Amino acid sequence: MSELQQEPTALQGEGRWLLGDPIADERAPDSPVGDRWSDRKFSARLVNPANRRKMTAIIVGTGLAGGAAAATLGEAGYHVKSFCFQDSPRRAHSIAAQGGINAAKNYRNDGDSIHRLFYDTVKGGDFRSRESNVHRLAEVSLNIIDQCVAQGVPFAREYSGLLDTRSFGGTQVSRTFYARGQTGQQLLLGAYSALERQIAAGTVEMHPRTEMLDLIVADGRARGIVTRSILTGRIETHLADVVVLCTGGYGNVYYLSTNAKGSNVTAAWRAHKRGALFANPCYTQIHPTCIPVSGEYQSKLTLMSESLRNDGRVWVPKERGDSRPPNSIPEEERDYYLERQYPAFGNLVPRDIASRAAKNMCDAEQGVGPGGLGVYLDFKDAIGRLGRHAVEAKYGNLFEMYQRITGDDPYEVPMRIYPAIHYTMGGLWVDYDLRSTIPGLFVGGEANFSDHGANRLGASALMQGLADGYFVLPTTVPNYLADGPFDPIDESHPAVVEAVEATKGRIDKLLSANGNRTVDSFHRELGQLIWDQCGMARSKEGLEKALDRLPSLREEFWRDVKIVGTGDGFNQSLEKAGRVADFLELGELMCTDALHREESCGGHFRVEHQTEDGEAQRDDENFAYVAAWEYGADKPGGKPILHKEDLEFSYVHPSQRSYK
Amino acid sequence: MRITLRVWRQKNADAKGKMAKYKLDDVEEDMSFLEMLDVLNEKLILQGEDPVSFDHDCREGICGSCAMVINGTPHGPQKNTTTCQLHMRHFKDGDTIDVEPWRARAFPVIKDLVTDRSAFDQIIQAGGYVSVNTGSAPEAHATPVDKVSADDAFDAATCIGCGACVAACPNGSSMLFTSAKVTHLGLLPQGQPERQTRAINMLAKQDELDFGGCTNVGACAEVCPKGIPLASISQLNHDVLGATLAGARAD
Repeated sequence: MSELQQEPTALQGEGRWLLGDPIADERAPDSPVGDRWSDRKFSARLVNPANRRKMTAIIVGTGLAGGAAAATLGEAGYHVKSFCFQDSPRRAHSIAAQGGINAAKNYRNDGDSIHRLFYDTVKGGDFRSRESNVHRLAEVSLNIIDQCVAQGVPFAREYSGLLDTRSFGGTQVSRTFYARGQTGQQLLLGAYSALERQIAAGTVEMHPRTEMLDLIVADGRARGIVTRSILTGRIETHLADVVVLCTGGYGNVYYLSTNAKGSNVTAAWRAHKRGALFANPCYTQIHPTCIPVSGEYQSKLTLMSESLRNDGRVWVPKERGDSRPPNSIPEEERDYYLERQYPAFGNLVPRDIASRAAKNMCDAEQGVGPGGLGVYLDFKDAIGRLGRHAVEAKYGNLFEMYQRITGDDPYEVPMRIYPAIHYTMGGLWVDYDLRSTIPGLFVGGEANFSDHGANRLGASALMQGLADGYFVLPTTVPNYLADGPFDPIDESHPAVVEAVEATKGRIDKLLSANGNRTVDSFHRELGQLIWDQCGMARSKEGLEKALDRLPSLREEFWRDVKIVGTGDGFNQSLEKAGRVADFLELGELMCTDALHREESCGGHFRVEHQTEDGEAQRDDENFAYVAAWEYGADKPGGKPILHKEDLEFSYVHPSQRSYK
Repeated sequence: MRITLRVWRQKNADAKGKMAKYKLDDVEEDMSFLEMLDVLNEKLILQGEDPVSFDHDCREGICGSCAMVINGTPHGPQKNTTTCQLHMRHFKDGDTIDVEPWRARAFPVIKDLVTDRSAFDQIIQAGGYVSVNTGSAPEAHATPVDKVSADDAFDAATCIGCGACVAACPNGSSMLFTSAKVTHLGLLPQGQPERQTRAINMLAKQDELDFGGCTNVGACAEVCPKGIPLASISQLNHDVLGATLAGARAD
């Protein structure tokens, strides 16, 4: 591979992985943390406006990161080619984010500051994120709000006409800006409208219903992508000077998740197989406030915004197996366990804590609803205190959504919630400039690993997506392009020919299997396995069980999958099959990463590593690093290769996280 | 529940379509409509038949992907609900349900229930934005917005671009979609400088794209899953009139 030519040094973990050389971020300036982004912006080279239009940037994904980056680079005068698998860039999954977006504006005068947002985020991520990146995120958060307001994003306002804010899970200041329960939609429509403006201006060339199936790495640089038109099945190549992936997270590996059904890891995974390191794949976020599973046919899980925890009180019956309707359980027979266990934060503890606490209650047979996999989220007190009208104004659409799905009225009976997979903190490894380990391949938003550590605080995903898209990539991508011009390449380049052939061969192989099982049946089996063994709690035994099963499941998939139809037209089963094939490989890397990390941190909870009272037990001495994995199946040894990036904490000193 | 489905099958844009009948014996009332179609598709695949193609993604009622006419009504019988949020508890055991794609000249069928709604993106390209470049925005609190305007702008901004309004309109008009964006941006101070040109350019574009004209039938607002009111069309007409009187012309 390009920048990591070293030989792996040792076989580790009963031969399940190899240890490679360490890796480091060499792009963050060596200045005080508060000056790094300013210094980086100043040192970044500029491209002459006349030369910009001669340069092409490919941006895959049109969510907050991709849409914003495409619009901004288009505004700057570059020729941008933007790709999404949906029928319109407006449908990227960022649109479904509900709660809000953080920014250190301190409009409330409640003690917030850039440093506090930085501090909270590093601490909330359980000291597994990079200080430089997180500080930049906190700084840029201020510009994001200004930018979005200028675009006409209708954030909630107070009667003064000024912007309203609320507090959000895991923080004690009111720094979350919101647009009712549809903040992601409004922010995405802001980025989308900026993108459409550039499409009209001719700077952005949009390719909807187009899926990236491979990365073209020519002469050591990412120079293009191989795509398949979802409409016609046509395989095409697109060549450029730089490739940016903003393709979201991989939560759908679990089959059931809050992700949109189309969200997938394919673009990132194929880039990984072309040499980009994949960092911290075992860090997945389980969101505590989702609607519980109702049946076998279930296709996805629905998140109820975390903002509900501002006013809803979480409880379970004190008595095991108490099956009485919630409203007939008297106050003294209820266990408001978050308020009891974490008095300082109560119902607002961070997501990992809230999720695990719900699981513990259900494991102790105090869960409610079908199968005992649920806890109550009760608004009775809030309605009594604020009145139904005020609660309706704040959460009306969420209550409606809940009622639609469950048939229950949450104004009358408490909601039932249970944790579900929501976000993935792992992703392609990037340095401070969001460069992957393949020169010319940048990664933004949820698709990279960089800002959230082992746990993402609420209202931070939208912040990272827009920070990367509007501000970071538009600075660092031109700095890379200033290295050019790169040697021109065309369709006849061996790397292009090889990538196209590999893509076609893969599709032919899927179509020729003609087996007996549907794609979804494999996906469900994979999802259940990963949820059971690499979900809210992981153990050595369970992870090894999964690692033993996955290769045979993969083999069965390629032998026995049944796809009806051909590759030369609209074929949704074929699309799904390609994605599930990648999830089957990624799942193995997730389990390997979870197995190697002999500690608990954030969303990664190894049952062997917990404190006496059941909290996550971090091991900073041995595991304060990013685990960046090199694809190894095609290399000597045939195992994934682990490169460690040591994390340094000069400004936020690691301490046991306590929310008591 | 036992359900009989009559589904529009059309191999591709050029092929002739027809309704096909399928019987399902194991539908549960907690299933969403799309989950019921998933169950049908699993069966079809195992029988070696082409599964029914349909657009869907978030399955939370917000992305606007899912689009089908159910028993003659876009998104089905439940008010203010997208198809992905419609649950089978709203149907009865033994029901026969007709499922068809959006029917509108500007939304050609791609396959089965999937249509091409890219015309909506083109309407937005005609002016559905505030022309602000990244990095040049003033401090957010520098421009207060009165709460009523902000709330009304938000209500209009909730449009998900699903196209149900067009599918329900006997004229195939996109007036409700266009007016929602015009209302959203026209109510905010940030949207004022381009208010008149936005309205006339977007209106001109929808005419050019083969959407029909608005004759105030009101079917659009009836089926809108986000409850965008008919009044937003009045707002668009008001803005267009203002623009015309001011002598503004479409680009």
